[in-house]
Amino acid sequence: MDKKSFIAYPYVVWMVLFIIVPILLVFYYGFTVETSAGVQFSLENFKRFFEPVYLVVLLRSFGLAAISTIICLLLGYPLAMILAGKDFKRKNVMLLLLMVPMWMNFLLRTYAWLTLLEKKGIINNFLSMLNLPTINIIYTTKAVVLGMVYNFLPFMVLPIYTVLSKIDKSVIEAAEDLGANSLTTFKKVIFPLSLPGVISGITMVFMPAVTTFIISRLLGGGHYKLIGNLIEQQFLSVYDWNFGSAISIIMMIIILISMAVLSKYEQIREGGGLL
Amino acid sequence: MRNFLKRFYVFLIFLFLYAPIFVLMAYSFNSSRSRGTWGGFTLKWYRELFRDREIMISLKYTIIIAVLAAIIATILGTAAAIGISSMRKFPRSLVMNISYLPVLNPDIITGVSLMILFIFSNMNFGFTTMLIAHITFNTPYVILSVMPKIKQLDANIYEAALDLGATPSYAFWKVILPQIMPGIVTGCILAFTLSIDDFVISFFTTGVGVPNLSITVFSMARRGVNPKINALSTLMFLSVLALLIVVNLRMSRDIKAKREKESVSI
Repeated sequence: MDKKSFIAYPYVVWMVLFIIVPILLVFYYGFTVETSAGVQFSLENFKRFFEPVYLVVLLRSFGLAAISTIICLLLGYPLAMILAGKDFKRKNVMLLLLMVPMWMNFLLRTYAWLTLLEKKGIINNFLSMLNLPTINIIYTTKAVVLGMVYNFLPFMVLPIYTVLSKIDKSVIEAAEDLGANSLTTFKKVIFPLSLPGVISGITMVFMPAVTTFIISRLLGGGHYKLIGNLIEQQFLSVYDWNFGSAISIIMMIIILISMAVLSKYEQIREGGGLL
Repeated sequence: MRNFLKRFYVFLIFLFLYAPIFVLMAYSFNSSRSRGTWGGFTLKWYRELFRDREIMISLKYTIIIAVLAAIIATILGTAAAIGISSMRKFPRSLVMNISYLPVLNPDIITGVSLMILFIFSNMNFGFTTMLIAHITFNTPYVILSVMPKIKQLDANIYEAALDLGATPSYAFWKVILPQIMPGIVTGCILAFTLSIDDFVISFFTTGVGVPNLSITVFSMARRGVNPKINALSTLMFLSVLALLIVVNLRMSRDIKAKREKESVSI
């Protein structure tokens, strides 16, 4: 069998050229500065990131992403539970409907909210027609959170639904037979068993939310810079590749570590489930 | 009562998901440019959409890049998956872990790192760089879809084919390939849709004059609201819906056919 491995070589070459080398270049720029004496090794770029101006951006990114993730979980968990419930008909149609907006272009979905939320947009026109006070959340952090929740909600619902619909119904019946009411059954049986789905839902919402730069640009109007906007700016308008690379490295490390931790946790839970 | 509440909750969430899309669709037929007023039904924006050179060029590039990237990534990824599975343990896990990088890494970092590479190697930004970028982020998804099918293969069947006189390549085409085909098709579809939908990586790796649809929508949306985008959204929504319905109908028909076949054979 070992002879066959050579047909992976074209991909291995591709991988080295377009995955490994670019990442090495990011590290090269992140850890160097250009001085009059030439390129030098330095930690200057990383130090700069911990200045208050940039720390605020980091905190805002994590804060907004965390708020959006929590809202997605609060909205999405009940939906997943209802859809997975035994008395809910036409599950497949509903799942399909949940996925349709996901398949539509991400930019178009965000743009839709732009037209709805505008000062003289559809929502405000409707409100003033009813003589109600108008809302002005466009170009605020609220609009950014709304955009994140709207775009990423299906990513929370689907993994939770998958796990919930696989739970052995006899386990729940057993809990009920043993005298647990529905709240206790949920707290002690259903929720713990659904944790792997919750964790992958959180990952699938939090990761894109923390790194987005489109939602903040379109719905935040560029007033509320997120870490993604900061990276984009360093590469496309300030041309400070060294600083931009350093921010990218920090973000990459944070994300890879949190992924590793979450997947470890998931494995432990699954292992525990087998006992 | 409880059932009603459940249904009402589901209804509210779906209203939240669909209302913006339906509003866009309705306003794509509005002859007044401002969204405040309804100026009557029109197909004007659709005509203008098809006359808009910028949008038509980006549509063309989006489709060409998605088709090419999906085909190349499928071939590259399938070959890679077969090769990787016959590697020894250490190189195998090394290659797999590196392949996970573009999947796990935020798009913006994949985009920025490729941009640095292309500038570093003095490449002209445009069609080639965008195609390379799309193949790079598509291939790992193909590998991840094909790999499980290869693991399920029964080595005995391949050996049986060889014992019965098949050459290795004949056995590959007639025995191995049909068995891993579902994984290859899934990977190819996944690659195609990821490529159609991509904004961030394309944004960093394309050049002047080679936009894709997402990039064009982004630059138009930054200039303000544009009824042509409403028309475009409507067409995109309807084609996605039609595609998903066809795929689902086919799947349920296959399942039905399978069931009938089984009941006959029993």
